[in-house]
Parts: sequence; C-alpha cells; structure tokens
Amino acid sequence: MAAATVATTLAACGGGDSGGGGGGGGSEENEASDIGITEDTIKLGAHYPLTGVAAPGYSEIPTGVEAYFDYVNANGGVNGRQIEFVYRDDAYNPTNTSQIVNQLVLEDEVFAIMSGLGTPTHNAVTDFLNSENVPDLFVSSGSRLWDDVEEKPYTFGWQPDYEIEGKIIGQYVAENFPDAKVGLFLQGDDFGEDGAAGARQYLEDQIVAEETYVPGNTDVVPQISALQAAGADLVLGFNVPSYTALSQLTALRLGYQPQWFYSNVGSDPALVGSLLARFSEGAVSDASLLDGVLTTEYIPGLDAPDNPWVQLWQQVWEESGQEGELTNYRIYGMSQAYTMVQALQSAGQNPTRDDLVAAVEQAGSEWEGPGFTPFRYSEDRHAGYSGMLVSRLQGEGSEDLTPILVTDNGDAEIEELDGEPASPPENGIPEEEPIN
Amino acid sequence: MSDLQTPASASAAGAATSEAPTTATAASNASSAQATGGRSFLPRNTLLRHLLVLVLCAVGAVLLLESTDLGFNAQVGYVAFYAIAAGGLTLLTGLNGQISLGHGALMAVGGYTTALLLDVEEPLPLVVVFLIAVALTSVVGAIVGVAAARLHGPYLAGATLALAVGLPGLALHFDDLLGGEQGLTVSTPDRPDWFTEIIRTLSGNPASGVKWIAYISVACLLVTYFLLANLMRSRVGRTWRAVRDQEVAAELSGINLGAWRVVAFVVSAAAAGLAGAVLALVVRLTAPTAFTIVLSLSLLTAIVIGGLGSLLGALIGSALLVFLPRLLRDAGESLDMDAAQAAEISYVVYGVILVLVMLFAPAGLVGSVRLALMKQRARRAAGRARG
Repeated sequence: MAAATVATTLAACGGGDSGGGGGGGGSEENEASDIGITEDTIKLGAHYPLTGVAAPGYSEIPTGVEAYFDYVNANGGVNGRQIEFVYRDDAYNPTNTSQIVNQLVLEDEVFAIMSGLGTPTHNAVTDFLNSENVPDLFVSSGSRLWDDVEEKPYTFGWQPDYEIEGKIIGQYVAENFPDAKVGLFLQGDDFGEDGAAGARQYLEDQIVAEETYVPGNTDVVPQISALQAAGADLVLGFNVPSYTALSQLTALRLGYQPQWFYSNVGSDPALVGSLLARFSEGAVSDASLLDGVLTTEYIPGLDAPDNPWVQLWQQVWEESGQEGELTNYRIYGMSQAYTMVQALQSAGQNPTRDDLVAAVEQAGSEWEGPGFTPFRYSEDRHAGYSGMLVSRLQGEGSEDLTPILVTDNGDAEIEELDGEPASPPENGIPEEEPIN
Repeated sequence: MSDLQTPASASAAGAATSEAPTTATAASNASSAQATGGRSFLPRNTLLRHLLVLVLCAVGAVLLLESTDLGFNAQVGYVAFYAIAAGGLTLLTGLNGQISLGHGALMAVGGYTTALLLDVEEPLPLVVVFLIAVALTSVVGAIVGVAAARLHGPYLAGATLALAVGLPGLALHFDDLLGGEQGLTVSTPDRPDWFTEIIRTLSGNPASGVKWIAYISVACLLVTYFLLANLMRSRVGRTWRAVRDQEVAAELSGINLGAWRVVAFVVSAAAAGLAGAVLALVVRLTAPTAFTIVLSLSLLTAIVIGGLGSLLGALIGSALLVFLPRLLRDAGESLDMDAAQAAEISYVVYGVILVLVMLFAPAGLVGSVRLALMKQRARRAAGRARG
C-alpha cells in the first residue's frame, strides 16, 4: 500500500510533461492503479521449465512471449505503459514452481501471472494466486483444472482443453475410419484421461486397447507391443513430444505400422524430429517418420508459412533480434502474448487486478486473434479456445482435413465454425475497447 | 586435503574400513561446551543449555520473520522443510554412519499423509495431523531400517535408492486416492485469530497465510532440532557414534548393532515425515515430480556441505540449497543473460562451488571451522605445556 501511494505521488509530480507515450489515447492520466502497475510500466510474471527433461521446446515459449512484448513496447506499449516480462525456471518441479511464484508475487510484485506452464507445476500455485487475488491468466496446459470459477476465480485456461480435443479427434476417426481398430496411447495423468474420455464419446465400440505410460519411464516397448498384439491399426496418442519420438522408434523396431494420430501437444515436427535424431543416435535423422501422421491445430503454425499471422510472427521474431529460428513454441508464446495485450487493453487505462479478470470475463469471448476459434470466457466459464481442426503432417507442411470445428465439454455437439478466422491488424497490435 | 586427516583414513580412502571417518564427521564430534574446558556462559546441564538455545533461537526467528518482508518469510518455509529432513539425515549419516538416498521418498509419505488428512470437511488439528504423518513415516522407516541394518555402504545406498525411485510411482498407480501426476492440492489450514492478534501487537505487520505457514515451519524446525540435539548428546547419541566408529568394540561392549541402526533409521525417518508434512503446507501441493531422487540428493548435498553430523551444518546447508541457486541466477541476470542461460549457469556454478567445498573443506563448513578451532586450542595448550 505504501509503495502504491509513493508511486501515485510521483505520478502526480511528473504528470505535467508527458502525453503518456503515444499508444494510449485516453483522456485520463496514467496512475499506479495496483501492485505491479506504475505510471509507465506493467510487470507480468511466468514460470517455465528452462532446464531439465521438460525444457526442450517448452523453454522456447517465453522467448516468443518476450519477442511480442518487445514489439508492442517498441510501438508505444499498452496505454503508454511498457510491459516488463519476468520469467523464471522451475525445472518442471512443483516445489520450485511454488517457490518462484512466491517470489514473483511477493518480491517482484508482478501485476499478474501469465502462461504458467504445466499441469502439476501450475496446480501447486493456483491456490496461492487465488488467495492473494493475483490474476492467473492463460495457463499453458490443456487441463480442465483451470476452468473452475467457484474455486479459482482468478485462473483462466487458454488452449483448447484435452477433452474437446479428444471429442474432435474421436468424431473425425469415427467418420473417416469407421472400420479401424483403435488403440489409445496415453500419458498417465489427466492429459491422457481427459483426451481418452473425449475420444470414447465417439469411438467406444472401435477401441480395442488402451495403454498408459508413466512420464519419466522411457521404455514404451510393453505399451506399443500390447497395442500391436491387440491388432490396433490406428493409434491415438495423447502424449508429449518425447513420447511421440519414443513410440515411433519403438514401433519401427517392432515392425508395427498403424495409422498414427497424435494430439496437438505431441506433434510438433521440428521438435519430434530433433528428438528422433537424438534418441536413435542419428539412425533416424529427421521427422520423415511423421509423414502422413494425423494431428490437430488451433493456432496457425510454421506449416502454413503464407498465413498472415505466421508472417507477422516471423517479422516480430526477426525484429526481436534473439538467437535461434522461429519455432512453433515461440509462435505459441507470441499468440499468448497477443491475447495478454488484448486483456490489458480491455481492462482499461488504469486497471486493478480485478479489472483485468473482469475484462477477460466480459470481453474475452469477443477477442479476435491468431486462434482459429473464439475463447469460451464468460462470468461462468474460464475455458480457453473452443475448437480446432484436423490436419495431416506432410514434410515441412501440413494439409487441413476438416473445416474449423467448435464444441464444448460434456455432450455438446461438434459444429463447423461460423465465419472466417481473423487476420492480424495492420500494425500487428490489437486495439480493444476498454470494458468500462 | 586437510592436514588433520589421519594417515589411516587417507590410505583407506574408498575401501571398506572400520576406522573412524575422523575428518568427514568432524562436525559431529565436537564435544559440548563444558567438556572442552572453554569458558562458556551457557549452563552445564545439557537439557537446560538446549532449552536456553531453543528460546534464544525462537526469539531470533521471530525477530527475523518480523523484520523481513513476506517474500523472505515465504523462503524461510522452504529452508525449514529442507533443514528438518537434513537434520534427520545428518543424524543417520553423520552419527550412525548409514547412508540413505531414500529420504525424499520418506518425505513423500509425510507429505501425502498430510494432504489426505487435511482434505476433509473438518480436518483434525494441525498438530495431530503432523503427529500422524510422523508416526506413519516412522513405520515406513522402521520397515526400511530393518532391511537397511543388514546392509553397508553401496548396498545400502542401492536399497534406499530403490525406495526413492519406486515410492513416488505409487501415487501414479493409486491415482484415484493420491491424485496421480498432477498431485493433491493441500488446503491451507485456517489461521487462528490469536495469531493475527499476536502479530499485530508484536510488530504491527498484517498477518497473512504466508506468514502463518512460515511460523508453523519455523516452530516445527525448532522443536525437531531441540529433540534431535538432546538425542545426539545423550547415551543414545554416544551409542550411535560407537556403532559408526568401531563395530567390533561396540559389539564387545554389549551394543546390538542392528537394533541401534534400525532406531537411527526410524528417528531419521520421523524427521523426514515431518519435513514432508511441512513441505505439503509450504508448497500447497504434493505431486510425484516434487519427490524425485533429486530431492534426496539435495538433502545429502546439504548435510555434506554443512558438515556431516552437525545440526547447524544441516541448517546452513539447507539455507544454501534455497538461496544459492537464486543468488547465482540473479547474478547471471544482472550480467545480462537471459533467464534460460542464467538458470543453466546457476547449476554449473552451484556444482563447482560444491566441488570446491569438498576439496578445501572436506569436513563441511561447520566441521572445518570446528577443526580449525580445535587445532588452535591444541596449539595453545601445547604452547602452555612447553612454557
């Protein structure tokens, strides 16, 4: 409280000489309206695995988020405020996550947490963030835990949850492979469980085997040979990228050639390709094993280089001057950062933490961005994107097999999306109206 | 290498030996204040002395928690649970000479017990929950201890390693009860009104959930260390040292080696159980990924770097465990590295520091200081004798 008062006084003293940095356009002066917000900055925090087993791929997400915030800052920021993005390593260990999120909230005094990655890791901090009334936006996980308005009013999901992904995959397989014997290859947590529950709504009669792996155990021979023995000729994988690589190599060794269908999480060709090369010690050198594999998409990725969003991300990435190539993980981070900018704009010129939450609830379902479908945000729901499409990987690119499909949890129908996906605004920065 | 190391233990490095590991466990061998003949203002009675230290530490802890911000309060909770477990482990390894790579798993027993007991409509009082967690972990410790008593060195390490790898898997297997991979969230017990009152009158700071948990953790730490310190200074502690240093002599004196080893393991497991219970409160989640072998190894690192067999060493080692990576990371970031580089570098530098401590202070931080003090005292005594 004392800090806020001091900052307000400073704002009052320095208010005469600046017009607010250009981007704002509101008639009011900028104020330090809450913790983590000053006259000219907004501080946001995040946690990711930057080291350890979960780091490959996921550690690139924050560089994407940062690149887009840099781009926005260079163009005047949000309401004249520069976004400061502080992210730290939790090595995918919940004990570390709670420690660094404590630090982000209590010492760095961030305005909000965004994009926290991982189900077990983020699960350790939702209780703390909600009890401290810190907005916890756009969790990087498709678990359904984040859509719980009663218990977690400050927490919001972002990507489509694993259950609706399972439903869309299930319906596609039931319609296009009605005679297939389906095997499920699942990660032994809610990722695999929710995905399987969705798929079973359409495939109950076709499923011949369900095999689960424990993350960390790198031997999947028992699971893959059980699928082979059950005669499954189409395998649905709800698994992370390293297990896509492991399952491909194991199947190759066992001479097992079903049609593979990996959920979005496990299908990034670039990462799986590099993992394949590493696990096979060079025997398999690229992602060619993945040619013809089916998967799903909910934001445009590198497989569509002509998509205007991907071109925007390319430009943002080059301007950021960071090392490395643009990857789908960086695109994921930029897409989240884009949504975050929309949320901050909707929250108004001098938002409080509660204003930010209200903004997502009231305006979130109207935002147009890189995602193919609208968000499901409302005062009763904190669930992210409402759908995706099915595609087939082909070399560097992919081929869309369905129109964009939208649905919801439970027995909601799967429907085609009304209307076209949005294209990015000219300057690459959203312009949302404040809610109040 | 320390010049104090005896030729016997130097030549037998790496080989099985019944010689006393003089240097490595130097920290545990310091006699109590009056025995060294030094001047001391502390009472001669061990229990009284420990009680006095306990009160002083409690006052110090309150001053520390009230003069620092909430962010630091939160970090103190992490130091506390590492230190409780490390205290138990240092007793086992430093005093009794047994190694355990399975203390992370024992912490999981305490943590999951606490999570399950708190996850009901009307939870039992926190003290009762903690006691049940400690009791249950002690039972597991007794079972492991019976097996461990027959094993030595690498075999014991292997057996406890299996515990560390295997036990968290139970949470995945019984995922209906134990929450599987995403774990069980732990509801924070309500903070009583008297606590809010006391904090307000004491320092004027607003009481919060974070502060309440910090005080619970510190209270658990102090009580544990008080009990462990008494145990270490008692007949029991002397017996453990005898078992560690000279098996044959100990057995000739009528000590049942196996039974005393089991007792050491049970006491150590009880501390790990309480540490797990505190971890559950501090982290607000118990998940298998939190109790991996890395946790067990961190505890071992803490006691070795602090000084085997010393509670103060275990506390210092635990504080380093929490604060050192953070300091290194912040230093890296201030050198303009990005967060990923800073995180990677911090692990490397952390490792280098550990290696340096082992090379130049093989008795650990506390052990080395004690050795230096003893050496100085001996030199002075020798000087007096000559003069």
